[in-house]
Amino acid sequence: MIEVTGLTKRYGATTAVDRLSFTVRPGRVTGFLGPNGAGKSTTLRMVLGLQEPTGGTATVGGRPFRSRPRGLRHVGALLDAGDVHGGRTGRSHLRALARGNAVPFDRVERVLAEVGLGTAAGRRIGGYSLGMRQRLGIAAALLGDPPVLLFDEPLNGLDPEGVRWVRGLFRRLAAEGRTVFVSSHMMAEMEHTADHLVVIGRGRLIADEGLGEFAARAGRAGVTVRTAEPGRLAAVLRAAGATALPGQGGSLAVTGLDAGRIGELALAAGLPLQGLTARTASLEEAFMELTADSLDHPSGGTR
Amino acid sequence: MTAPARAASVPGDAAEPRARFRDLLAAEWITFWSLRSTPAVLLLGAAVIVATAVRNARDTLDHYVPGTGRPDTMRQVALDSSFSMVGADVVLLVAGGLGALVLAGEYASGRIRTSLAAVPDRCALLLAKALVLTGVLFAWAAAAVGTAFGVDQALLSDRGIGLSVADPGALRFLAAAVLLAMVCALVGLAVGVLVRHSAASVVGTILVLFFLPSLFTDTYRWTADVSHALPFTAWRRLATLSLAHARPSDHPATVAGSWTALALWALASLLLAVLVIRRRDH
Repeated sequence: MIEVTGLTKRYGATTAVDRLSFTVRPGRVTGFLGPNGAGKSTTLRMVLGLQEPTGGTATVGGRPFRSRPRGLRHVGALLDAGDVHGGRTGRSHLRALARGNAVPFDRVERVLAEVGLGTAAGRRIGGYSLGMRQRLGIAAALLGDPPVLLFDEPLNGLDPEGVRWVRGLFRRLAAEGRTVFVSSHMMAEMEHTADHLVVIGRGRLIADEGLGEFAARAGRAGVTVRTAEPGRLAAVLRAAGATALPGQGGSLAVTGLDAGRIGELALAAGLPLQGLTARTASLEEAFMELTADSLDHPSGGTR
Repeated sequence: MTAPARAASVPGDAAEPRARFRDLLAAEWITFWSLRSTPAVLLLGAAVIVATAVRNARDTLDHYVPGTGRPDTMRQVALDSSFSMVGADVVLLVAGGLGALVLAGEYASGRIRTSLAAVPDRCALLLAKALVLTGVLFAWAAAAVGTAFGVDQALLSDRGIGLSVADPGALRFLAAAVLLAMVCALVGLAVGVLVRHSAASVVGTILVLFFLPSLFTDTYRWTADVSHALPFTAWRRLATLSLAHARPSDHPATVAGSWTALALWALASLLLAVLVIRRRDH
């Protein structure tokens, strides 16, 4: 379990992380979302004791991580796939990490095989692709068989097969009762991976909730109906408890009723429908809406 | 999606072995030797030191006229021939450079974050790195300077002016050279932690060790004090058996002061590195 309370990090006048509080629980995959520059990496570094918070606390398993003499058996972390020395081989990189934490060398071979680097382990990391480095970083995170795992943008550079493998791995780790905390700036990456989301923007907490609740926030979810008499249909639907707002070209944007029920009501009222389209709540939209106000680098005109 | 049921026992935590410092030493040993350039630099450096000794021995033999020279002067000549200023410069470059790269290399690559996530005890991590570094350079300098001494004295023995380790002053001469290597490595380590950039930290280390001594002379009390407190000057005093034939100075360096200076440089470098790495954000 990771507990973050009032966590704040200021660099001079800029506040990277602003009174952030959330809890990451075991047994599920928690996505850590936010636009670029939202403070995700800074938060993860403070959780790992690499950076000292200006205020607040971050604990892992009830203790500040930096108070532990050795880390690998408590937290496995992949912060940046580039945090390796290109002159070493993948195997010697992992062996050095393992040895310092009294992790036996056969565990190194096991994690190398698990991430699919068994044959590349004897080559120098300088020659690895980004995807291979991500796999090596994941191998390092798994070394100590830790109860808590942190991954910062682990899908970067992975091919589709790799992405699927990583998702499966995260789900398995969570099913084993571990705490899995995965950051991303892409909602789509989280959609099929996370059970729970912590969303931040400009260093502040925006949402801390289940995937379903988060999706429900997307205001545009619902059904679009097209009919010759939108006024009458709207009255019928409102009477049934839905909200129906007039849209373009005589269409209605309906929320609160599913497409099937709308069809039944229209039939009962004798109103022929010209179109009936269900729009599922898009996590991407919810994410964009929620973080729109907190973009550090908004692109011109797209908002 | 619902959260899967909690597994009966959360993995990890339960069976953690005690954090032993010697595991860290073993880890840093692997880290130190797993860069191909490290053994190459050490081997090349040792070869240059021994080759210089051989050349110096030939030089000494060429200029030696039997029967001339006082015995203590000849002893100094024999010692200098086995490990000269050139040898000391090589020690300085190899030890200082490798020392600087131990942590600057980690900072430059980002490996430092991986290291600290695996070993949050920064003080222990740094001490392990420092011990492996100084241990390796102790062995390296002892082997390189020892071989240079042996080869050189064997060549000089043909004319009867070769020394053995048991001769007065020989052991001090060798010990000073080995200590110089260890001190330079620790100075490099500290500069590496401060500068964090590979090339800049190597240059910085050389500036401190090599060029700083040339700025201070024995003219005034204070400049002499600064000069004698520098590692390179301290080594030179220890490598000089007697000041009887040296250029007269109003403020001569002492042997005890020179040992102390080297020891203080080692300790101060280590302390500085520990303080900086403990306080810094990574």
